[in-house]
This record gives sequence, C-alpha cells and structure tokens, in this order.
Amino acid sequence: MELHDVWFVLIAVLWIGYFFLEGFDFGVGILTKLLARDRSEKRVLINTIGPVWDGNEVWLLTAGGATFAAFPEWYATLFSGFYLPLLIILVCLIVRGVAFEYRAKRPEEHWQRNWETAIFWTSLIPAFLWGVAFGNIVRGVKIDQNFEYVGNVWDLLNPYALLGGLVTLTLFTFHGAVFVGLKTVGDIRERARKLALQLGLVTAVLAVIFLLWTQVENGDGKSLVALIVAVVALVAALVAVNGGREGWAFLLSGLTIVAAVAMLFLSLFPNVMPSSLNADWSLTVTNASSSPYTLKIMTWLAAIATPVVLLYQSWTYWVFRKRIGTQHIAADVAH
Amino acid sequence: MELALAPETLARWQFGITTVYHFLFVPLTISLAALTAGLQTAWVRTEKEKYLRATKFWGKLFLINIAMGVVTGIVQEFQFGMNWSDYSRFVGDIFGAPLAFEALIAFFFESTFIGLWIFGWDKLPKKIHLACIWMVSIGTILSAYFILAANSWMQHPVGYKINKAKGRAELTDFWHVLTQNTALAQAFHTLAASFLTGGAFMIGIAAFHLVRKRHVSVMKTSLRLGLVTIVIAGLLTAISGDTLGKVMFKQQPMKMAAAEALWDGQNSAPFSVFAYGDVSKGHNTVELSVPGILSFLADDNFSSYVPGINDTNKAEQAKYGPGDYRPIIPVTFWAFRWMIGFGMASFAIGLVGLWLTRKKFMLPQHLRVGDDEVPHLVLFKNKALSPTLTKWYWRIAIWTLGFPLIANSWGWIFTEMGRQPWVVYGVLQTRHAVSPGVSQGEVLTSMIVFTALYATLAVIEVKLLLKYVKAGPPELTEADLNPPTKIGGDSRDADKPMAFSY
Repeated sequence: MELHDVWFVLIAVLWIGYFFLEGFDFGVGILTKLLARDRSEKRVLINTIGPVWDGNEVWLLTAGGATFAAFPEWYATLFSGFYLPLLIILVCLIVRGVAFEYRAKRPEEHWQRNWETAIFWTSLIPAFLWGVAFGNIVRGVKIDQNFEYVGNVWDLLNPYALLGGLVTLTLFTFHGAVFVGLKTVGDIRERARKLALQLGLVTAVLAVIFLLWTQVENGDGKSLVALIVAVVALVAALVAVNGGREGWAFLLSGLTIVAAVAMLFLSLFPNVMPSSLNADWSLTVTNASSSPYTLKIMTWLAAIATPVVLLYQSWTYWVFRKRIGTQHIAADVAH
Repeated sequence: MELALAPETLARWQFGITTVYHFLFVPLTISLAALTAGLQTAWVRTEKEKYLRATKFWGKLFLINIAMGVVTGIVQEFQFGMNWSDYSRFVGDIFGAPLAFEALIAFFFESTFIGLWIFGWDKLPKKIHLACIWMVSIGTILSAYFILAANSWMQHPVGYKINKAKGRAELTDFWHVLTQNTALAQAFHTLAASFLTGGAFMIGIAAFHLVRKRHVSVMKTSLRLGLVTIVIAGLLTAISGDTLGKVMFKQQPMKMAAAEALWDGQNSAPFSVFAYGDVSKGHNTVELSVPGILSFLADDNFSSYVPGINDTNKAEQAKYGPGDYRPIIPVTFWAFRWMIGFGMASFAIGLVGLWLTRKKFMLPQHLRVGDDEVPHLVLFKNKALSPTLTKWYWRIAIWTLGFPLIANSWGWIFTEMGRQPWVVYGVLQTRHAVSPGVSQGEVLTSMIVFTALYATLAVIEVKLLLKYVKAGPPELTEADLNPPTKIGGDSRDADKPMAFSY
C-alpha cells in the first residue's frame, strides 16, 4: 500500500467521520420541524447538539483541507466542477452556524422562529446535496483530458445521484432520530423512537436500491462486503430501535453510515473522480495525488493529531452525556 | 466592461470581499479569546465578582463574533478550489499542507473547546472550564500561524521545486515553509494587530458605559485592561511592522516602492504623509514628505538607496519576461497610509488614555476616586481635564473601536494587492490561477450571493452586538457563583435547568 492509497483511505475516514457526526446533527435540525410539538421541544432538540455541532463540522473542513493537501487535482476538479451545489452548501452551512448561535440571543418570537426555519432548511439541503455530490463522484462526471469538469449543473441532477441524495437525507434523519432517542428524556423520547422506525424503513428501501445500483455499476468484492455490512447494520438498527435499545441503535445507525460511505469509496478506488467521457481522463489516486514528501508529512500529522482529536471530542460527548428534557430548558430568556 | 466582468476580476473581487469580511472577525476572536481567558483567570484566582461579570460580558461579545468568524472561514477553505482551481493544482502540494494542519490541529481545538466553554458553566469544575477557554485561545493563535505561513509562502515562496513534468510546484522543505522569516514576521505583526483590535474594542465599549456612569466597576477594569493591551500591542505592531517592512523590501522590492509611490529609485528616499494629484502617473504634484524615512523603513538606514517602481519593473521584465509588473499604485499608496494611520491612531489614543487614567498612587488626594466611581481624566499633575475635553476623550475612545478594524483591512488589501500581478510572487501570476472551467455567470452568482449574505449578516451581527453592549455585564446568579465540582455537573437535582441553553 503506497502513501497515496493510505491517503485515499484517510480521506474516506474523514468523510465517514463527517457523515457519522454531522449526519445526526443534520438529522436533528430536520427533526425540529418533524418531531417537536412546541417551541420548548424544539429547544430540547437543538440543545442535544448544541455543544457538539461545531466540532462535528470541522470534520468537513479537515476533509477539504486534507484533499487539498493530499490530492490537489481532486480538490481543484471537484470544487470548481460542482460549483453551484457547493455554493448552496456553503451558504447553508454559514446560515446554519449563525442560526444556532444567534437564535437564543433575542427573546422575540419572530426572531427565534426565523432562525428555527433556517435551521430546518439549512440542515435538510446539505443532507440531500452531499448525497447528490457523492453519487456523481462515484458515477463519474464529464471530465476532459485536462481534468476540467466540462459538464453543467443539470448533468449533476441525474436519477442515480438524486437517489443518492434521498438516501443521505433519509439516512441522516433516521440517524438523528435515533440520536434524539438516546439524548432526550420525556415524551419526545418515545416519539423519536416511533419516528425513527418509520424513517428507518424508508431509508432501508432507498438505501438498498441505491447501494445495489452502485454495486452493479461500479462494485467489486470488497464493496459487496461493505454493502452487506451496511444493510445488516441498518436492519439491526431497526430491531434495536424497536426493542428500545437506544445505545445499540445509535451505534448501528452510525455503522450503517460508516459502511455505506465506505462502500462508495471502495467502488471508487483506485479512481478518485472518474471521467464519464474517457476512462483515461479519470482522476486516480496516482495522477491526482501530491508528492511523496508532502504525503509523508501529512501522514505524520494524521498519525499524531487524529487520535488526540478523537480523544477530546469523545470527552466532550462524555461531559454532555446527560439526557435533556423540557424541564432542563430555562424559561425563554435571551442570552 | 468585458474586463470588469472577466472571471479573473470577479474571482479577485470575491476573494477580496470574503477575505476582508472574514478578517473583521478574526482579530477580534483571537484577542477576545485571550482577554476573556485572562479575565476568567483573574476570577478563578481572586474570586472577585467583577471579574466574573466581566468574563461573562466580554465572553458574550466574543461568542457573537466568533460565530461569524467560524462560518465565514468555511468559505475561505473552499473557494481556492472553486474559483482558483489552477492555483490549487499548481500549489496544492505545498499550500494544502498548512491548511490541513490548521484544520486538524487548530479548528478542532477551537470548535470543540468553545462548545465545552459555552455549555460547560454548570458541567465542568471551575479550573477545567477555565482551561477550555485557554484551549480556544491557543487554537485561534495556532490557526492564525498556519494560515499566515501559507500566505507567507505566496509572498515569498521557499522550500519548493518546480516539477515541470507535472506542471506544478512541489514541497521540498516543510519546516522552512513554516519558519521562514516572512512567516515569523507576518505572524508577529498580525497577532500584535489582533490584540490592538481587541484592546480598542474593550476601550470603546468601556468608554461608552463610563461616559454614562454605568457598570462602573466592571467597565473600569475593562478599560484598564483594554488600555494596557492596546499600548503593548500597539508597540509590538509597530516593531513587527517595521520588521515585516524590511523583510518585504528584500523579498518584494516592488511592494515597498509601490507603498510609497516612489517612481524612481533614490537615496534617502522620503515617506510622504500625504500626496495629491497623479500618484498613478509617475509623479506627485502636491506632497508632504519626510526625507529618509522610506530608506529607514526599508533598510534601517536613512540614506540607503531604495529602487523605484520603474527600476523594479524593468528588473522584473528582465527576469520574468515582458509584461507589466506594477500593482495598482494609488491603492497600495493609500492602503499603506490608512493601515499605519488608523493603527497608530488607536495606539496613540490608548497611550493618552493610559496616562489620563493612571493609578491612584500617582494622583493627588483630591483627584482619587473610589472603586465604583468613574475616574477623572488627569492630564497634568494637579488638574483634571475640563468637562468638554473629558467628553471629547471618551467620545474619541469610543470611535477608536473601529480604527484597528480599518487598519487591518487596509493592511491585507495592501499586502495582497501590492503583490500583484503575482499570486505566488515570482512563480505564478494571478491570471493563470483562476478556474478555467468556471463560467463568468457562476463566479458572478457566487460573488453576489456571498456579498448579499454577508451584508445581511453584518446588519444582524452589529445589532446583536449593540444589544448586548448596551445591556452591560449580567448580574450573577446562584449557579454562577457555585460552579460544579464534578465533570458532567453535580447531580443534586436531576431536573435543574441548564445554566446555558440555545
């Protein structure tokens, strides 16, 4: 395994980490409209992710930075090629971050409602668009001999990628509902469980179609293993949700995300962004990667820093391990 | 019209708008994190309530700011790929590494510990909670260092070789990229200027309350902290600016000449405080200049020879081939002055303030005031300033709040536009750096979207800041004064509301 292969794996790990973590906080954002009965329940939901959403989002920034450093060609083609979808995602992430931080800073109801609406949409849209983006990456897009994306934005909206978008959207919402079951107390906990069951069934149908489609088009033996793990984990997660085993359910819905994203990366390898015009124009781990020296430095960085990050991020989750209910939310004072 | 809307021009405008905007929040975040941490440390050590109230007050303003800094930073990470894909391809091997370091080391630090700090008041023992804000502060400084090292490489590329076969620059010495003198000087200068910004922010807001005789004890402490910060940071900004100028003179002679609009090289080159007329056309009609100063700024010697714009342009043509290697001279000329002018003005106002509000033991008996009274502004030994002058000092102190923000913005505009036409000095020109596959319409869309979004957010942010500035430091609650002793919070009452919730 050469260094650029290692970095392919590490980039995959960063995206998996991002989707595992921000997946549930996107889900919680979406659930503020689907699950909360009143405004104090909305606040319960928002506060389950309050201390952690920002740290979760850094996984994306790190994936971006690491792609820039380890695969500059991939970074350049991907972000200039998927220009408009990425613009929408960025706008959403900007508004979303501000929404979390500013919503409680004024007591006026219309102020808070506006930010709540913003939290819903800016969680839903990226949750969908990331699936579309990854669907297109795996499927292959129009890349010319100079590694430039030469398609247009409509080319990105093909059935396979749109299905991918629906899969991430439902999967993240399901993951979020399972997380809410794990992190709340009171009435909302039971409703989260019921909703998780429904969401999980929809997710299962969509995900099985999407992953099988991927397997048929681009898969190999390894991706098939990942596919099976993803499907088994999803079914097991549903069983756990049904049995009220909330901790297990969360680990399993997380494992579904891990395996599904891993499956996409496995069916991609050794390409990083295949060209649908000519196989010779595909970006691969070899032709898109940085020099061995840069990769060596980056590997040292990752080897030292990643365990430390995991350690203190896990500690955060431990500090805020208590379940939250409406009784824990102080009366609506701005701060 | 065609040129004005060329993708390159639009991409540059977008980068300029998003970066200057982002950098309004960055220095405040860096300095307020450390200053808030300092105030909280004072509370933990002395248990004086005024320090806790000050921590909560400045901490709140800090949080309103950092939220904007964080979200606008996301764009910075991605727009290299979006608008500058050829740049990314060419330099990614080098430039990507510090960005990845920044994300993996600094961003995780900042964002994780800020969450712990915001929500941790009733979840973490006092000292661990304090450690969290210091972690945030360390994160902000590390982040600044990595990104400045990356920028320094654009100003003065080192530790690389050109790989012709791959058509890109490749890293050969990462340590050199991180520790070259440009990076050290830029980091020193930027961090010092950040604290100048935070100091001015504190002074401005403290003055706002003191002139109204409100929240006196907290605001007096804040004022003194702000004044001391601004004076130390102002001195360091000047010293580091001087160092950076000398580094720049050696590495980018064009930028130094452009800073002065010095068209032809000369000995004892002057520094003009003011120039009017055709700065851009090669000679200035009206000038107020001090001879020798530019030579000193560039080379530590009042009589040194400083090459002019025309000489440097010819030298670069000989080195890099035909072309025009001059930046837009009026922009560099005025940006350089506004940077120094506004930066040093806030330093001067701070210095005056520090003297006017000096400690009790330096004052005669009748001018001393109690802890809860607004201090007299004492210029001479025995006499306080007249009410009119006092009012004016407080007024100017309030304005000072904005001065370093203006200076910072012009500083970046100067250093980035002064490097043009290069994006990486001597290696890659800006016109070769844009994304070839991105259309004019796409860049225009994103520029308009970001500008409109940022403008809207600016209004919201400023209004929110004003609200919390006017509200003043909060009263302390029972929970504030009895922090938990166990990690995760004390379990005395399982249904107790959280100390902080969104």
